[in-house]
Amino acid sequence: MKSFSGNTLRWEWRDGIFELTLDRAPANEIGRTMLGELEQFVSALHSMAAQTSVCILSSAQPKGFSAGADLRELYHAAAPLPEKERLAGVREFLERIHKVLNTIDATPVVTIAAVHGACFGGGFELALACDLIIADKMARFAFPELRLGLIPGFGGIPRLKRDLGNAFVRDILLTGRSVNAARAQAVGLVSQLAGEGQALQVARSTAAQIAKFDPAARSAAKHFIKPIPHDELRLEIDIFCDLFQRPAVMAALKKFDESTDAMPYLP
Amino acid sequence: MRTLEQTTQEVLTLAAQHFNVLIGSLSPADDFFKKLGINSLQALELLTRLENHFGIELPDYEVQGVSDFRTLAERIQSRL
Repeated sequence: MKSFSGNTLRWEWRDGIFELTLDRAPANEIGRTMLGELEQFVSALHSMAAQTSVCILSSAQPKGFSAGADLRELYHAAAPLPEKERLAGVREFLERIHKVLNTIDATPVVTIAAVHGACFGGGFELALACDLIIADKMARFAFPELRLGLIPGFGGIPRLKRDLGNAFVRDILLTGRSVNAARAQAVGLVSQLAGEGQALQVARSTAAQIAKFDPAARSAAKHFIKPIPHDELRLEIDIFCDLFQRPAVMAALKKFDESTDAMPYLP
Repeated sequence: MRTLEQTTQEVLTLAAQHFNVLIGSLSPADDFFKKLGINSLQALELLTRLENHFGIELPDYEVQGVSDFRTLAERIQSRL
């Protein structure tokens, strides 16, 4: 068995199966530390792909899979900087997270997101990079970015459009509403519904089935059916950065940062 | 078809079960954020629980600003 334990996540490799567990309180917000550890993880995933059949991503945090980007960290890092440096920092973060998610998206290993609770924004985008989403029936999915005057920046729109089509993307993007797991399964986003607290177990059972197949056929099937929308992903970064330059965005981040609610994620 | 009273009672029962409080301690006029001591993510958990129970979808923006059980039940009733 090989393993890694960081400050925000840990992973184990055993008998050809990776299990990545996000574990940063309160709700796996994706900031610089988690990004760095995700980079280490995808490096390990890439180097061990030939011996690996399945990778399962899940969360140890009871609140959910991930509430998305760490907006408080983003605000505090960006606020003191001149506009040009602020934008350069955001673009650098986006380039790095895109590289991570593109690696997960393109790996020949079959990837499964085992989701419970909140799966919002960047967390939703991480799940969308995976091949299958298995969701606890209490899971919820949302893109709340328009509330901040932004669009999702971790590849969410192109990947959701690739997987489900434009109409559902418009629905959740333009309303900012969250959808429950039953709805997500009905539209084809979630492949299997699990009972409360059972998503990881269902993902393991699914992984055991997938591991039976010939690796070359499995890889060819994935490559054939799951093209990476590179042009739209590049465009997304540009649009995000254009929007990020507006004073309204920093004002919205400041409002979020100063919220008295412990976790002001309600879209 | 449920009556509003029935829906309200079911909302109270589900909230009490989910947050592990006595059903008798909750009333329709209660502010559920204050009474249950919950934050917005926990409110979304309750929303999911209610959607699953009633077999409906209740968009977040329809319950934004709603903080008492009776109004929440009215929003649910409008989707039944």
